[in-house]
Amino acid sequence: MSTASQTGSAEQRSGFRSGAGPSWDLYSTCIHCGLCLEQCPTYRVLGLEADSPRGRIYQVLQVDQGNLPIGNSFVTHIDRCLGCLACETACPSGVSYGQIVERARAEIEKSYRRPLLARIARRYTYNKLLKSFGALSFWATVLYLYQQTGLQKLVRWSGILKVLGLENTDALAPPVDREFSFSDLGKVFPSEGEERTRAAFLIGCVASVSFSELNRATIRVLQKNGVTVFIPPKQACCGALHAHAGFRDDASDLARRNIDAMLSDKIDSIVTNAAGCGSTMKNYANLLANDVRYSAKAQAFAAKTKDVSEFLAELGLRAPQRKLHASVTYQDPCHLAHAQKIRSAPRELLKAIGADLIEMPHSDYCCGSAGTYNVVQNQLSTKLLAAKMEDIASVTADVLATANVGCVLQLRVGVQQRGLKMRVMHVIELLDEAYRQT
Amino acid sequence: MKLAALAKQLRSVLGEEAVLHHPEDLMLYEYDAGLAKGTPELVVFPKTTEHVSAIVRLAGARGVPIVPRGAGTGLSGGSIPRQGGIVMVFSRMRRILEVDVPNRRAVVQPGVVNLELSQAVARYGLYFAPDPSSQKASTIGGNVAENSGGPHTLAYGVTVNHVTGLEVVLADGRAVQLGGKAGEHAGYDLTGFLVGTEGTIGIVTKVVVKLSRIPEQIATLLAVFQTAEDAANTVTSLTAEGITTSALEMLDGWTLRAVEEATHAGYPIDSGAVLLIELEGLREEVEEQAEAVARICMAHQAREVRRAKDERERQLLWIGRKNAFAAIGRLAPSYYTQDGVVPRTKIADILRFIDGVAKKYGMTICNVFHAGDGNLHPAILFDLRDAEQVEKVHAAGREILTRCVELGGTLTGEHGIGMEKNELMPVLFNDDDLEVMARMRSAFNPNELLNPQKILPAPRSCREGVISMQSAAGVEQ
Repeated sequence: MSTASQTGSAEQRSGFRSGAGPSWDLYSTCIHCGLCLEQCPTYRVLGLEADSPRGRIYQVLQVDQGNLPIGNSFVTHIDRCLGCLACETACPSGVSYGQIVERARAEIEKSYRRPLLARIARRYTYNKLLKSFGALSFWATVLYLYQQTGLQKLVRWSGILKVLGLENTDALAPPVDREFSFSDLGKVFPSEGEERTRAAFLIGCVASVSFSELNRATIRVLQKNGVTVFIPPKQACCGALHAHAGFRDDASDLARRNIDAMLSDKIDSIVTNAAGCGSTMKNYANLLANDVRYSAKAQAFAAKTKDVSEFLAELGLRAPQRKLHASVTYQDPCHLAHAQKIRSAPRELLKAIGADLIEMPHSDYCCGSAGTYNVVQNQLSTKLLAAKMEDIASVTADVLATANVGCVLQLRVGVQQRGLKMRVMHVIELLDEAYRQT
Repeated sequence: MKLAALAKQLRSVLGEEAVLHHPEDLMLYEYDAGLAKGTPELVVFPKTTEHVSAIVRLAGARGVPIVPRGAGTGLSGGSIPRQGGIVMVFSRMRRILEVDVPNRRAVVQPGVVNLELSQAVARYGLYFAPDPSSQKASTIGGNVAENSGGPHTLAYGVTVNHVTGLEVVLADGRAVQLGGKAGEHAGYDLTGFLVGTEGTIGIVTKVVVKLSRIPEQIATLLAVFQTAEDAANTVTSLTAEGITTSALEMLDGWTLRAVEEATHAGYPIDSGAVLLIELEGLREEVEEQAEAVARICMAHQAREVRRAKDERERQLLWIGRKNAFAAIGRLAPSYYTQDGVVPRTKIADILRFIDGVAKKYGMTICNVFHAGDGNLHPAILFDLRDAEQVEKVHAAGREILTRCVELGGTLTGEHGIGMEKNELMPVLFNDDDLEVMARMRSAFNPNELLNPQKILPAPRSCREGVISMQSAAGVEQ
């Protein structure tokens, strides 16, 4: 009979013992219609129900009902999810898939033992590296020296990366800047002309060491538009990578730190140029819903958070003196289009500076970057990038624009490998270029 | 594992990655978009016709049944294995093999997604006309198996009207060609026969489809009514006055509210029902008809008749309609959708009847359906965790379907019979009718290894017990 609903049982024999896992309320909205399947990047590549949103929710349900252990199979399929949330866009039933997977991952962190090396690497990355700008500066400096002293060339030439299977990973490592955005902490950048509004700017963790120039460009563009930009000194990483990996407690810590550092009556908006950070910051209210001291503040924080493109489109962009003459194709970052439902703002900004916008097919399909995904799930990510490059190569444009640093890195690798003659840029960099041209 | 030796053989032919046998993998193929369940013992992923032939031969030699599966969006259990065995998934056999623009044909593998085909040929001004609401996920192979329809079935017909040829693997493993690119063929029309047989005759490995030209002008009207009765009477009048709409859909108040919450398409949430009416053709003709439609709607107390002002608005209205069923998921943890058909002059009668059934059982029933061809989709809301409600749903469903047949209609418009309604077939057909169908099946599928226990009821001797035991509206397993 054609009934819909994930079957559920009233008696609970939940395999989610830690209390961190997803609950019936979250997944019972899935009526397993399957309309999400084709929108899921891993389903398109692998063709496996287990790697579709509907299939992952079904596995969560089976774990909850005690029919499926939190073992290698479950963890493999949950790990493979990019968290792109294209399924949420596709879902008419309103399933909060992102919440379901985040909670499943939180449960996995608590009750599943990964291999020793993975455990050490994950703990160090999420509990140390991404929680302190000091540790991040140290390793970024090491990477900078590796890239600048000729050591990287030597290593690449030696072929050792190929032997170790690290060739793709090395290509994905972001080029580290000489100066980090950390040196801007505590500064205030005055608006040009009359002050229209005041914004706090999140410099980001990875962006600070490998996109410090983009951060500067963002500040300049904001100033140009009459925005006074504050760089609150005590800000931290937004916690997106932690939350996505299942470290919800760490993500909550970081959320509280950012709320303390950035929420203030003197500031109208909290702005970020990274889609992943923005979607996580808008989700602080959910993350801290049970924190009596912080839940109200988290709501206020989320309400003030804006992606820079959303922020500028709402504010009304000041036209540059001269139009930019370039054809641009735009790739929707998942965490902007699907997580934050922002699609038109970046396109409006591009048109406002005179760009000739050319739509590529499937512009809201994931490029495979997805935070740390392109490193930890390199093979799948490579396939997604290849499919994305097919779509990109089917249009002719001078610039491939997107609105998130992870996507910029991934697409640069794609463009380079395919030998395309496109510049890959963040929308803000194009805006900055338009303002600076004489 | 019971089928270990077969699994090994299949792996050597298909490759390691193309055969699943662990319980944690198999459980992912025990469901579709309906409620029916059944777990396979092996899941295989062919990539070529040769793969499909090899699987059928190897499984046949051991007497293991095979159930084909596209995207698992079916609502009547067509892809659910009732006797274990093999589920053959077409998600990795999804290439568009050829697009013949001058002759308006495409040759596709069965795993190609319906909407993907239309998108791929849009640049030539063409599209694939059958448009089931599941089209963004459902496959052409699945559409062929179920003979799927959609809102535009009214003007363009169902899948069978858009398929001119098939490549089919028979129960003995041979691959045969039925029909071809031409519109007409000598000999028996086996293509026409095979479409809608739900994998019980053979396994489709290639489909030759007709492509249609995107019309010059499309007008999409939304007529808003205070009552479903007024909307139903409008449907009758439109037909009586000879208006040819390409789609004529009705959504009731319950559905409108869920849809609006899901898609923000601009549906009025305070009305009793709306008609979504589409007209296609040459510019002048469409304009003339649009005026006539508006006039007829107003004559039936329409509160308002609105026209989509651009393609974006038109798409939004359709996104709302096509997502309607899944949006109903917002209203309750579970629902049961039926697929009965009545003559379109009886729509008002059946809606009153459904309303009565809803009151009698104290349940909410949402109505969203293809009014133009009288194909109803009442969705009965319930909570699967409550056994008493489940009982009521079955009883209510049975009453509605029986009434459809009494009014001169039938059991299914487009969702297929599958394992949902096969035991209800005797309501429509007598023993002789059913015997002819059974003989056709036996000719192609003598050992009943291809999708067993679907479409046709169990043989009479077994059947008598079954009908009294389970609700005829279809309790599975």
